[in-house]
Amino acid sequence: MSVLHEMPYLAVLVPLALAVVLAAGVRFWGNAAAWIALLGPLTGLAVGIASIGGGTAGTFTWIRVGQTVLRLGYDANALTVVMLLVVGVVASCVMVFSIGYMHGEKGYVRYYALLSLFTAAMAALVLAADLVSLFVGWELVGACSFLLIGFWYAKPSAAEAARKAFMVTRIGDAAMLLGMAVLWNATGTLELSAVLGKAATLAPGVATAAAICVLLGAVGKSAQFPLHIWLPDAMEGPTPVSALIHAATMVAAGVFLIARVWPLFEVAPAARGLALTLGTITALGAATVALAQRDIKKVLAWSTISQLGFMFAALGVGAWPVAIFHLVTHAAFKALLFLSAGSVIHGSGTQDLAEMGGLAKKMPLTAACWIAGVVSLAGIPPAAGFFSKDEVVASVLHAAPWAGVALFAASALTAAYAARATRLAFFGEPRGAKPAHESPWTMIAPLALLAVGALGLGFAGAPLAALLGHEAEPLSVPIAATAVSLALVGAFLGWRSARPEASADPRFAALTRAAYSGWGVDAFADRFVVRPATALARMADAMGDRLAIDGLAEGVATMASRVGGLLAEIQSGDGQWYAALMATGVVVLAAAAVWLVR
Amino acid sequence: MTLTLLALIPLGGAALVWVTGRFRPATVRVAALVVALIQLAFTCVLAVTVATHTPATMTGGLTSAASTSFWLLRVDGLALPLIVLTSLLGVIAVLASWRVELRPGAHFALLLGLQAAVTLVFLADHLVLFYAAWEAVLIPMFFLIGGWGHEGRRHAAMKFFIYTFAGSALMLIGLLLVGFTTGELRISALSSGILDPTLRTLVFWLLVAGFAVKVPIVPFHTWLPEAHVEAPTAGSIMLAGVLLKMGGYGLLRFALPLAPEAAHAAAPVFATLGIIGIVYGAVVALAQTDLKRLVAYSSIAHMGFVVLAIATGSPLALAAAMLVMVAHGLTSALLFLLVGQLYERTHTRSLARLGGLLATLPVWATIFVFASLASLGLPGLAGFPGELVTFLEGFASWGWWMVAVALGVVLAGAYSLRAIREVAQGPEKPEWAGLRDLDLIELAAAVPLALLIVVMGVWPSVVSGVMDPVARALSALVGRG
Repeated sequence: MSVLHEMPYLAVLVPLALAVVLAAGVRFWGNAAAWIALLGPLTGLAVGIASIGGGTAGTFTWIRVGQTVLRLGYDANALTVVMLLVVGVVASCVMVFSIGYMHGEKGYVRYYALLSLFTAAMAALVLAADLVSLFVGWELVGACSFLLIGFWYAKPSAAEAARKAFMVTRIGDAAMLLGMAVLWNATGTLELSAVLGKAATLAPGVATAAAICVLLGAVGKSAQFPLHIWLPDAMEGPTPVSALIHAATMVAAGVFLIARVWPLFEVAPAARGLALTLGTITALGAATVALAQRDIKKVLAWSTISQLGFMFAALGVGAWPVAIFHLVTHAAFKALLFLSAGSVIHGSGTQDLAEMGGLAKKMPLTAACWIAGVVSLAGIPPAAGFFSKDEVVASVLHAAPWAGVALFAASALTAAYAARATRLAFFGEPRGAKPAHESPWTMIAPLALLAVGALGLGFAGAPLAALLGHEAEPLSVPIAATAVSLALVGAFLGWRSARPEASADPRFAALTRAAYSGWGVDAFADRFVVRPATALARMADAMGDRLAIDGLAEGVATMASRVGGLLAEIQSGDGQWYAALMATGVVVLAAAAVWLVR
Repeated sequence: MTLTLLALIPLGGAALVWVTGRFRPATVRVAALVVALIQLAFTCVLAVTVATHTPATMTGGLTSAASTSFWLLRVDGLALPLIVLTSLLGVIAVLASWRVELRPGAHFALLLGLQAAVTLVFLADHLVLFYAAWEAVLIPMFFLIGGWGHEGRRHAAMKFFIYTFAGSALMLIGLLLVGFTTGELRISALSSGILDPTLRTLVFWLLVAGFAVKVPIVPFHTWLPEAHVEAPTAGSIMLAGVLLKMGGYGLLRFALPLAPEAAHAAAPVFATLGIIGIVYGAVVALAQTDLKRLVAYSSIAHMGFVVLAIATGSPLALAAAMLVMVAHGLTSALLFLLVGQLYERTHTRSLARLGGLLATLPVWATIFVFASLASLGLPGLAGFPGELVTFLEGFASWGWWMVAVALGVVLAGAYSLRAIREVAQGPEKPEWAGLRDLDLIELAAAVPLALLIVVMGVWPSVVSGVMDPVARALSALVGRG
């Protein structure tokens, strides 16, 4: 264990090396790929465990000019340990699950190579001791996300979704670059310990600007309003990828980032206020959209956006350990739900809720695991989600009652969409065209492990808070009672209103359509950002570059040729003419040279 | 002698290849490859020698008669990375021309001649030698475009020639002014004190005229897309990979040291032009329908970072200018190589007709996706260190104007991902079914570039370390050290 303790960067290097090995033998490894790749997250897990009592740090000089140095550093602190454990467990489960799910898929080895690369990048992100390393990991997880959403590259919708995910998050990343530049110029370093040490001495404007830029980066990565529009489309990727990247780890990186640089947000109240506002809007808005979805993965995607909104709201009121607690339980139950959905899709051959129904009989193990996840998501005690969500709502309610009330409403909606999806998928009459079947053990075993986490992790709240150097919030009985009652009411209404037909109640058809389309944010972005940008580019090319700038240059040349008749002559000439021109030039040069050196 | 050999190996090789031109094409290209490889090996040995030496410089040529000789050569941290890049891309360009069947002797001779001329530009320590080499670069490039290019090659070749020639005519006046008024022709002896203060601003702008066309700085860039689209693959590789760097090199070698006050005063103008280049190049790249034009406009955007870094002028920023130049040399060379390999198979560069190549040509398309991600500045790959440092340092000088650069960063993603989407992703097209994937020679050209792109991304100090002393000295001159 001491090797792992001394060299936490093995959590990066081992999966990275495995990715290279897998990619090099992409035609060779075959079914062995999964077991090779599995070593990566297991290493991360081992490093996480070895570093629980406090880790080691180290650096590597990246660029040095004079006294100015940019280093790449790693540092296994308490927050890192939590993230390493989450990433290690979920990535291991996903890799095992994929053995069955991706069996026989063209590109099986490529899939595992990309998962390994993602594991390495995610470890780099959470181990980073400076903003450069963090940004490297941050962008590389994004690139892996791009490549995995577009795993079925021949499918146009997957290719478009991949591009959209990369572009939308890149807007946040560009803001984050600005934040790094602000901090670099204010503190002269990007090393987190130094930057955060100086955070309290920053001018308020500088701290606010930096924090807001960093927040925008997190908003993009964690799919918060208004940069959330990429995540539902990202469901085009293989379902285990959705579980790992788009539910448990990468999308939670924004929450991790803000917690990691918390001293900066401590001195930037405006940024905290923005996080609270965006988080609350996202939590409530996305929950309403989830209620109207017909695709089981889309329900989960909007649910993820909503739950990340809960975490951002907690961050906004300063309760970052609570946000991390919810991050951990959410990783367990949402990975569980996605993998269960994967098992459902694998067993029933569809992801449309309208074509499911009655699956609990055919797929009892999957159904049991799904229900464990749903109970946790809806916040029913004693499942893990109950404890973490209760802490989130309690802290937000305490600091900003309006947001707390909105989160209560979002909790009720959460239970409603969870119950609706459960009823449509697993209960009632079977509506599927094909007979469903239960999944193999490689798919059920990871589900069972995650189900234990989704139900049991609630009791990890106190040790987790202690690890992060905080005290756990005591359970507030009135808030918990209100939340649970609301959840039960929501679940009841969701269960009652679940109808397999496309539109629920005709009276609410228009409302349902609007919710289904995500309240039009996507259409707005397309109409007011994407299309104008494309039109502008075409105009710049045609009017600016070809007509104006190049036209001017060509015009000057034509004019010169008319005046001297020179260009016409040259263009009609042949190689001899050019040679003569060159020769003249050389003679002129030689003359000038001789005259100069005389 | 060592440095003289560096210029003479490709030149002698060019003569040798020209002579063997009457033999079988296989003999000619192997001869060219051997010469290019010898040059690369020799350059690497030299690079290690110079870089580990303190100070990291080496002089050579006919130094015994220094007062009358114009064959004076010198290598320092500014020239060294670009010389290594030139020798490396020399090998790649030969490999990229492996299938040239039209007068291969002349083609390879011109390539090696071009390499010799460019190497001499970076080696020259004498104004006359520098100018002669600078102009000599045009000749083989002109014939490469005009003789082995595509449909519109004549117009493109003439445009390239006249445009850059007009720029260098102004540069020549500037250099002559320096020579006549100071009597000093050794480049390494040129410094700010040497030039009459009243002349400095004039000389600065005259020199800049030549360099601005070469970089190219928007709005003097329209020769570039046309030259690239019409040039043969090897020509594009050398053009984007090293010829554009002559502009950045000239700014750092002449304009800054000779007229630091003028450079300081002009910094806002340059920063503005650099930022415009970053955004404008990316916006126009986004609208292209021809893959090669798209890559060409991305070059303009990347060179905008070089201009912005030079305008910023801090030691770190000047090192970043070199990082971006080397990174762009590797990335654009790889992209143009790939576009050329594709064109040999499909005879089209139209984005609308391409598509689904990950299924058709998996190896080619995988490298293409990699190169496009490198081009958008993905961390861990070559483009990121230089662009990040330019961004960080630029913020100190230009503040929130860097929001425009951030927009450029987003747009770089937009055009790169569009290229990936239109070319590599999507359903397989029956039109391209049955195309053969890359062979060993083609892989031998592409894979080393890809590996170096990773090395540069992980370990940029291999370049910035060599540049360090020069960057600090120059920065102190322009008052930003």
